[in-house]
Formats: sequence, C-alpha cells, structure tokens
Amino acid sequence: MSIIKVENLKKYYKDVKAVDDVSFEINEGEIFGFLGPNGAGKTTTIKMLVTLLRPTEGTAKVVGYDIKEKPDDIRNNIGIVFQDPALDDRLTGKENLDFHARMYGMKKEKREKRIKDVLNLVNLEEKANILIKNYSGGMRRRLEIARGLMHFPKILFLDEPTLGLDPQTRRVIWDYIKNLNEKENITIFLTTHYMEEADYLCDRISIIDYGKILITDKPSKLKNQLGKDVITITCSNVGLCSELLKKEKWVESIKVHDSSITVGTKDIEKKLPMIIKLAEKNNIEIKSIDIRKPTLEDVFLYYTGRKIREQQADSSERFRRRFRHH
Amino acid sequence: MKLLNFQAIYVMWLRQMKRFSRDKARIISNFIQPFFFLSVLGLGLASTRFPGMPSGVEYIDILTPGIITMSILFPSVFVGLSVLWDKQFGFLQEVLVAPVSRLSIVIGRTLGGATTALIQGLIVLFVSIILGVFVQLSLSLVLAFVFMVLISFVAIGFGLIIASKMETIEGFQFVVSLFIFPLLFLSSPFSTLDALPSWLRIIAFINPITYGVDGLRASLINYSYFPIYIDFSVLIILSIIMMGLGSYFFNKSEI
Repeated sequence: MSIIKVENLKKYYKDVKAVDDVSFEINEGEIFGFLGPNGAGKTTTIKMLVTLLRPTEGTAKVVGYDIKEKPDDIRNNIGIVFQDPALDDRLTGKENLDFHARMYGMKKEKREKRIKDVLNLVNLEEKANILIKNYSGGMRRRLEIARGLMHFPKILFLDEPTLGLDPQTRRVIWDYIKNLNEKENITIFLTTHYMEEADYLCDRISIIDYGKILITDKPSKLKNQLGKDVITITCSNVGLCSELLKKEKWVESIKVHDSSITVGTKDIEKKLPMIIKLAEKNNIEIKSIDIRKPTLEDVFLYYTGRKIREQQADSSERFRRRFRHH
Repeated sequence: MKLLNFQAIYVMWLRQMKRFSRDKARIISNFIQPFFFLSVLGLGLASTRFPGMPSGVEYIDILTPGIITMSILFPSVFVGLSVLWDKQFGFLQEVLVAPVSRLSIVIGRTLGGATTALIQGLIVLFVSIILGVFVQLSLSLVLAFVFMVLISFVAIGFGLIIASKMETIEGFQFVVSLFIFPLLFLSSPFSTLDALPSWLRIIAFINPITYGVDGLRASLINYSYFPIYIDFSVLIILSIIMMGLGSYFFNKSEI
C-alpha cells in the first residue's frame, strides 16, 4: 500500500525548473531514497511534500491527504529532519524536544514519557540536560532524528541526514535509521548524494537529476541490470573500440564517455583476454582496465553520463542561483 | 488550522524567557547602561532648567521616561533580529513546519519580546527611583506600564517588517540603526518638547516615539506636552497598524 503518492509534481522558478514533472510512490514501511547531486531538486521535492512550499503544478498525497488541501493533517503525521541543523543551541536537548512536543499539542504526561523513549532510542539520555551548543555534530543529528519521532509520525523525512558528518559517525546514524525503521515501523523518505548511503539504507531509490526522475528501483536490481561485472576501459580511439564491442554478443550493457567505455557483462575473467585481443587486432592502445562489481556510482554514470562528484561545482552554482529566487 | 493555538503561543514565549535568562552578559549590561545614563546625565545636569518644566520637577524626572523608552525600544526592535537569527540557524523551519498558525507564532514571539523589553524598562524605573525620581501613586505605575507595552508593540511590529525584507543579520542591524537612532533622538528623550526649536518640534510631532516618551512623562511625573489621552490614542492606533503589518509580512515570508 502506498503511503506517499506523487503525481506530476512541478516547481518552477523564473528560469529554473527545480522539480520537473516528478511522479513516484512510496510503500508503507519502506525506506525510500532520492539519489542525486546537489541542486537536483531533492530538497525542493521534500519541501513540497511537507507542505512548506506550494507546487507550481501537480500534486501529491501524503498519508492519504492532499498536500494542497490538508497541510495540517499531513504535518501532524510526519516528522522532518532538515538538511541544515534546526535546533535551538541555547536550549538543552530535552528542552528542544519539549518545545517540539508542545508545538504539536502533546499533553504533559504523554510528552514526558515520549521524550524519555526517543532519547533512549538515540542513546542521548545522559546528554538530555546539556545545552545544544555543547553537542557534537553527530549528537545534534541524533537529537534531530529523535525530535522528528516525538509526535508518533507515520513518515519520517530525512534531508541529507549525514551531510557534513565524518564516516564513522555516518555509520552510527545509518544504524539508528535502520533500527527505527524496524522498531517503530515507520516509513522513511530520505535524500542523499552519497551512493553508499542510498545502497546501504534504501529498499528502493529514485535517481534524480536536473529535476527529473531517471529511474526508480531496488538498488540491487539497478546494479544487476548493468551486468554482474562492470569493466571500464580507458583507451585510444574510443569510438572504434565501442563500435567493435557493441557487436560482441556477451556485452550486456555499454556506455561511452569522453575517454573511456563502461561495459557490463558476466564471467569477466573469460572476457578480458578477448577484449585485449580485439584491441590489439585493431590497433587500439589500452591505457587502463578497471574491473569491479557494479555500484550505484556506475548506475548513476549509466543514466546521467556523469559521475556524481564531477558536477558538484556546477551544481553548487545552480543551487546558489536557485537560492536567490526564494 | 486553528487560528490561535495557546500551547504554541506559550512555548514560543517560554523559549524566549529561557534564552533571556541564560544571557547573563545581556542582563548585566541592561542594568548598567541605564544606570550610567541616569546617574551621569541626570545628576550631572541636575541644575538644568528647560522651558515648560513645572516647578518641583527635576531634570532627572524629565530624563527618566526618555531612558525607559530607549531601553524598551532596542530589545523590542530586535525581536525582528531574532527571527532572522532563527532563519539563519535553521530553527525557523522547525517552527514553521509545525501544525500551528503563523498568527500564533507571531503572537508568541511578540509576547516573548515584549516581556523582555518590559523587564528592562522596569529595571530602569527601579534604578530611577533609587536615584530619587519622585514617582507618584500606584495608578501612575499602571499607566506607565501600559505605555511601555504600547511602545514595545510599535517597535516589535517595526522590527518584524524590516526582518521580512532583509536577508542578512548585518543588513538588519544597518537599517535599524539608520531608523532607530533618529526616532529615539527626535522624540525629545533628553529635554522637554518646549525646549526644541519649532522646526525640530514639527519633526517630533510626526515621530510616533514622541508620544511614548510624552505619555510616560504624563503618567510618571504628571507633566506632558500633550494631554495623556492623545498620547494613548496615537500609540494604540500605531501599535495596531505596526503589529498588523508585521504579522502580515511575517506570514508572507517563505523559507
């Protein structure tokens, strides 16, 4: 059963199509991820779903309510962890949770019990009475996740939940997210530009770029679809080499880039000599060969023609432009 | 959406009180600053006589309402700054995404800001009594309190309007000092209105803060340029307009 249903959602600013005709569904209980570079439209989509922004066109149903018509019913049933930290650092952890609970109209007894429970869930009971300004980055994130859960939401939105955290802390946060998905039986919608994060956490992902969804599926399926193994060949005369490879029957997928070719196949050990022989016969000089199991990075490369990191500079410029329109 | 959510109003207020009570440096400076103004100016210029001053009224009596106004004006306008602050630090998103009307948020914030401003105004009043200002009966304190609230509301509304138009904290501070110092200094806080040259007095007449200072003088020392009901009427109308505009602009602001 789908708990979020998005239909032809669009958000246009003057000269930027931030979200350009996006449709998808999220099932109850799953962890669903939006994977894409900065400025791809992930945060804008979330802001529309949590009723902070009005869509230009199209609509969505969240927990059965329309985002345009019933924002209050949605707000009561969702929790959000924003991309930027959103805690009051002059208050203690417990006071931040208490503030949240009262804003959501929780009664005293229920409030106090729930504060204990969520603090326990993220292992912050002992830090409850410390001011936020003395919290580390990881502790702040954990408290924000706890806060998002305070009012028993059915869906938790996480916008780049581990942005700016060190790899070790990132792991810890991942485990908390997995854990609460199971224990609290809560649906999770997260955005990320970290491949490993999407791969490790998500039951299904959408790859999003320039405001459009390119594909939606299970991470394992997306990877397997490229072939069991992926080989990237850097060589001279990329054009000729790819023409030749395309004729080979064992090639399951092929994608040509500026100076390299990515080929998906299986039993790569047996195919490698064939590739080298083929190149020698046609006077193509192979500079390097890289063999590995496909990752989501390859999937992203396959659908967009770029690596996700290559466009960071470009997209941060786009992001800044968009920011000015707000 | 319910128009007013009292628990939300209360917790917005509570948050500001907690922040205020933890800001020790601010509390101390709030106490010291008016003390300096009142003692150095008030006692130093004690023999000064201004046109219009009735006999029996000392210079420090004229000065005290001006300093009270000053100490209310700044923390009130800075409610707008706290909105920008929350925006910059992301906390505003947490507030705006709650299932609570924007009106409740504005009211909670305004009451919080007004409370801190009034605490500071009352500190000045207390200091002035120590320094020998003759304050009349309890009724005059009640009236003075009303005027303090009205001055605070006008200034908060003004701050909210500026905040909704500004992107940065620096920009806000610049605009505020551009407006607030002239408004304060042209309200005759340090002298009587009679003492001003006529062109300056005309400017003072169109300055809303003048009616605050005058109203406080009327209620505290029973001396004023305008009858007290005029001061009161001007301020109540202005505070309604400014708060209305402030809430309207806050409502419209997106994040």
